[in-house]
Order: sequence, then C-alpha cells, then structure tokens
Amino acid sequence: MSSPEQWTRPEPGAGPAATAAEPTPEQVIAGLRATTEGGAELTQLLNPEGERLASAHFDPYVSDIDAEALRGLYRDMVLVRRADREGNAMQRQGQLGIWVPLLGQEAAQIGSGRALRPTDMAFPSYREHGVAYTRGVDFKELLGIFRGTDHSGWDFQAHGFHPYTIVIGNQVLNATGYAMGQKFEGKVGDDDGEATIVYFGDGATSQGDVHEGFVWSAVYDAPVVFFCQNNQWAISEPTERQSRLPLYQRARGYGFPGIRVDGNDVLACLAVTRWALDECRHGNGPVLIEAFTYRMDAHTTTDDPTRYRLSDELEVWKHKDPIERVRVHLARTGGADQEFFDQVQADADAFAADLRDFCFNMPDPPPERIFANVYAEPSPVLEAQQREHLAYLAGFAEGGER
Amino acid sequence: MTTAPAAPGTRTLTYADAVREALAQAMTADERVFLLGEDIGTYGGAFGVTGDLVHRFGEERVRDTPISELGIVGAAVGAALTGMRPVVEIQFSDFTAQAMDQIVNQAAKIHFMLGGAATVPLVLRAPGGSGTGAAAQHSQSLEAWFAHVPGLKVVMPSTPADAKGLLLAAIDDPNPVIVLEHKLLYKDSGPVPEDAARVPLGTAEVRRPGADLTVVATGVMVPRALAAAERLAGEGISAGVVDPRTLRPLDTETILDSVVETGRLLLVQEAPKTCGYVAEIAAAVAGSRAFGHLRAPVGRLCGLDVPIPYAPQLERAAVPQVEDIVREARDLVRRW
Ligand SMILES: Cc1ncc(C[n+]2csc(CCOP(=O)(O)OP(=O)(O)O)c2C)c(N)n1
Repeated sequence: MSSPEQWTRPEPGAGPAATAAEPTPEQVIAGLRATTEGGAELTQLLNPEGERLASAHFDPYVSDIDAEALRGLYRDMVLVRRADREGNAMQRQGQLGIWVPLLGQEAAQIGSGRALRPTDMAFPSYREHGVAYTRGVDFKELLGIFRGTDHSGWDFQAHGFHPYTIVIGNQVLNATGYAMGQKFEGKVGDDDGEATIVYFGDGATSQGDVHEGFVWSAVYDAPVVFFCQNNQWAISEPTERQSRLPLYQRARGYGFPGIRVDGNDVLACLAVTRWALDECRHGNGPVLIEAFTYRMDAHTTTDDPTRYRLSDELEVWKHKDPIERVRVHLARTGGADQEFFDQVQADADAFAADLRDFCFNMPDPPPERIFANVYAEPSPVLEAQQREHLAYLAGFAEGGER
Repeated sequence: MTTAPAAPGTRTLTYADAVREALAQAMTADERVFLLGEDIGTYGGAFGVTGDLVHRFGEERVRDTPISELGIVGAAVGAALTGMRPVVEIQFSDFTAQAMDQIVNQAAKIHFMLGGAATVPLVLRAPGGSGTGAAAQHSQSLEAWFAHVPGLKVVMPSTPADAKGLLLAAIDDPNPVIVLEHKLLYKDSGPVPEDAARVPLGTAEVRRPGADLTVVATGVMVPRALAAAERLAGEGISAGVVDPRTLRPLDTETILDSVVETGRLLLVQEAPKTCGYVAEIAAAVAGSRAFGHLRAPVGRLCGLDVPIPYAPQLERAAVPQVEDIVREARDLVRRW
C-alpha cells in the first residue's frame, strides 16, 4: 500500500523547502531555553535522575503506588513505546498509510490514562495510543485506522475512549458537551462521580474550539479535565507561536484551575490527573492540566523535523526520558531487578511481534464498505450508486474493459 | 500529465513551483502582498509550496500563524480592508470549514454591505482533493460551497501555467478569491511563462478540440479527461475537453460553443454528485442556445456520494478515474 502524502508535505527533504530549514543561532538558543525549562511551577514527583520528590498536596493521590504498581506503570510505558516503534517501522515498510509517533509522551499518556476509571470518558486527538492502551483498546484496532482499513475500530462507549480526531481542537467541544451531559444526568457530586478527560496539543490551544470549550465548561461547571500535552511543537511551529503565557495559566482567565505537570514523570501525571478528575467528580471542574513534555520523533511519518529544529534539543530532552527515570528509581530502590527489566523487554518484543503479524495479515475492506455508514439508514441514492458500482466491478472481473 | 516542450519565454516547472513563482513575483512587485498560514515559514508549507519564500521575503511577509484558521482569515480580512493584499494558505481545504464564518459572512459581504465603500482583496489558497491517502477530513472537494456564495470568486487551476497565471490575477483582483489547488497536481510539470502574465479570471480554456463530445472537467479531472480523450481517439471517438478554470464567474460561452458543435456533453468532477458544481453547468446548458443542439442527455460523472474512504482501493473507487471517463464518454457517443 502506498500513501505518499498525509498531513504534512509529501517527501520530506524534497524540493526547495529543504533549504529553508536553517534556524538562526538566536532561534536555536531561544528554542532551547523555551523548550527545556518547565519553570518553577512544574509539578514533579520523580525527577529525571529517578529521585522521588515529596509533595504534600499530591503524595496522597499516589499513596497506593507501591513498587509493584510502579513496575506496572513502567511495563505499560515500555510496551507502548515498543508498539509505537513497531508502528513507525511498519509504516516505513509500506504496511501502514501513516503513523503518528508518541515517542517521548509515554508518561503523560500512561499516567493520565491510568488515572481514569472505567466510567470516565476520554476524548483523544490522534497521538494518544498510550491512553488507548490504558482504556483497554486493542492496539490492533488502532492499526486498522493507520493501515486504512477502518476509521475507528473500537466500541468507544465500551472503552470510554472516543474515536481519534484529526481536525485540530474539535474534540474539545465534544468532550465539553459530553461532560455537561454527565452533570445534567446527575452523575457528578460525590466520590463515585463521573468525569471526562480531553487530550489536545499545544498547537490546538490556538483554535477557537478550545477556547469555546473552556468557556462552556466553566459556565456549566462541566466535569472535564483538559489535558494539554505541550510537546513543544505543532508540526514546525514552536509553542511560542501559540502563546505568550505558559499554557496552564490560561485557565485562570476562564475561571478554573490550571496546573503544569512534568509530562515525562508518570507518577506526577498520575497524581495530578487523579486530583483533577477528583475535583471534577465532586463538581469542582473543569481543570486544565498542561503536561510539559517533548515530541521526540517526527510529527508523523511524513514529517522531517530536522527541517525546523536542531538535534541538540532532542539530546537535552533525552536526559529527561520518561521511562529511564522510572527504571533508575526502581533499580536504585530495589523495586525491580534485572530479571524484571529483561522480562518486560521480552514482553514488549512479543507484543510488537504479535502486532506485526496481525498487521501484515489484515484483510482489505470489501468494495461495498465504501457505501456503508454514510447515513444511519439506507439511502436510495446510495443504494443505486452501490448497485452500479458493484456491477461495474463485476464486469471488470469477467474480463470486461475498465 | 505529459511535459510539453517549453515554448519561448516559458520553462518547465511543477505546479507547486509555479504557485511559488507567482507568489514571489507578486511580492516583489507589490509590497502590500504578504502570506499567512500554518507551517508556511521555515517548514516551507505542508506541501512545500511556499518553500524558501520566508528567506527571500522575511518573517513579516511570510507569517507562520497560530493554529487557528478562523484567526488567519479574519486577520486577512482586516488586512485587506486596510489596503494590504493578503494571500492565505489553509493547510488543507477541509479546514476552510473552521474559517467559513470569516469567508462567507465577512469577506464575501463587506463590499456589498458597505455600499461599495470598501473592498476585500484577499486570496485564499488551499489544496483540495483526494488521492493521497489522507482520509475523509483531508480529501474533500469543496468548490461548490464557495461557488454558491455571492461575493466570492472561485478558481481551480489544472496546469502549472494556470496555477501561476490565475493566482497572479487573483492577487490583482479587488474581490476575495478562493484558489483551490489540487494535491495530486503539485508535482505535475508543464511550461510556465517566465513573466508575470495573468490568466484573466472568468475565461475557460479549450484543452482539446473535439467533434463528437464535449467533456467539461474541473481540477484534477482535467488531466484525466485529456488522458481519456487520447484513449477515445484510438477508438475513433473525438472528445473535446473544456477546462472552466474559474468556476465563478463561469465562462459559459466557451462551453456552449463547444456543445453546439458536438451535441453531447459529459461533465466530470471529483466532488460528490449531489449538489455538485457541474450541475450548475448542466443547468446553464439546458437553459441556453445550445439546448437544441443536444443529441444526448447531459452526462454527469462525479465522485460517489460518500466521504472519501481512507483505504486506498476504496479511495480510488470513490472518484472518477481515466477509465471511468472513457466508459461514460463511449456510452454517450455510442448510444446516442
Ligand atoms: C483544523 C486543522 N488545522 C490544521 C491541521 C493540520 N495539522 C495537523 S497536526 C497540526 C499541528 C498540531 O499541533 P499540536 O496541537 O501541538 O499537537 P501535536 O501534533 O504536537 O500532538 C496541524 C496544524 C488539522 N489537522 N486541523
């Protein structure tokens, strides 16, 4: 299957634009400064060196995370990263139309995803494969989308995980509406309350949809957690192109709390998201979380980030790797031994091999699929077009000229 | 598409290069011309169209904007009102949906509602169409939306030369002009004039004369119709191809002249059939001097009435291909 072009330019490096990718030294310095510092307000429970930092406010939200639970989070992240790399590789081999890598954002996704309860609802954008995993969506169902055999393979209500949204910012309004429904149905107000979480990027924060979602959720006290993964880039545009202010501070203007969490710290992401969901469950929503992280790979497999950012930046962020710090912490505190790490790696490889096997053998959709689901009920016009189309194909199969 | 030998004063350029050249020439000639869009600066545009323009004209004139299409067009309307000549790039024409309020309720209305006191010389370029595996929200052909709005002009270039000449004319134009480029055409090559010659808006082009049948095709369907005409010629059917180039205002006369000669009309568009743009051409012919010359019902070959599927084989099946045009044209000529 060939799919030369997707959301970004067709052939990275081809054409005159390639010569345009030389940032000035000033841009480089400004970029590094802006992207690597989370600022004093950054909530962190596990620093890049793997040291556990105490937080009077957030520790209670992860008091149940013992060594075993932390090993679980570690395993989640390793599996998801491994699957992500496999997705990338399969796209390169022509098996997927496109892949949208999550590399570097594992902690933000696993931490926040594991904070959710089955009764909660999550609205992803298009990079949230890690969240999908925590919602019990089979990675194979994700592959169906990226291979081009389906738009959304999973039962979103059963999983509490809405289909991917590619149009930037749209899902924020849908999530707001969903959360308003939870409130109107009386499912908010105590420990068992429901909540909604919606994922979007730093670039999306410029869309009117996101601002309108903030306004609506605020005036209706909707139980929605706005989870912005600030991965520093919106394709080629740095976050400075979207905001003067740290993004989490925008919440104040809308009248609800905003918080910046180290998006590469799975423990902090878990704690902060649990807190925010808790606020929502009790009727104190909405809440904005800015997970400060980094997109370590390209925007998509059709993008070439060397055209607009320097590899130095990536090198700096590698020191903050979300998985490595948990590994160091587990090893240093005796929470896991080498055998565990080896086992997780083996599990991850098996997970990826299984995906690969599945993907290579995925059937193509039948031709009549094209007419399915345009409307909720049969449409005479489409039925006529379908008859004509299938007759045309049948003529072709019989050796008729096409 | 085949690369014709370059005539004097022209060279062979790709469609994308031709657009870039038009932008550069317009920006050089008139400092009021500037560009706004997402990833059009350092990145050079999602399809590489703006390329190195940011280095030639600077960040003031090649502006990477926040990810907000409504903001982009709204700002451009404001700039146009002050006498600037903004040229907007919307990364995929699908996302004009986000900007529709500014396009339809402001850009298209201001001149009228202010009694002619102000003009909105704004150009909006956007790649449309399917064929690149980009699925339902990145593959639409939305020309009929715009063509239905009084106050807007709509252009669909199908060759590199027209991509340049029509864009230059659009930038000169005092009205808001929507230029719908096609993703699949960006890499097509053809002769392009070196100078900044304009292709006047509202002039259709007879791409190929024909005696038995007139094919009117828009956008990427033009090269497909030409390929089909070539094959039909091999079968002894002489199919002419007319490219309207500008959908609004439409050059009806050129189409009628051809229909009067051939007596058969096949309309081809990529967009879904129902309420598609070519229905307007069918209606124009039905109510014209050409009506009495028709020997066959007017044929309409369009995209299926479905969103563009992601699966490549289904995507291909959803819109007319060369072989489909050949079949429809042959049917029209043989049966009538
Ligand atoms: C409405 C709309 N405009 C433009 C695009 C093209 N586009 C796809 S991703 C993207 C950047 C989004 O960046 P961000 O929100 O930071 O999310 P990230 O991809 O970094 O996760 C753009 C401009 C789109 N899909 N939808």
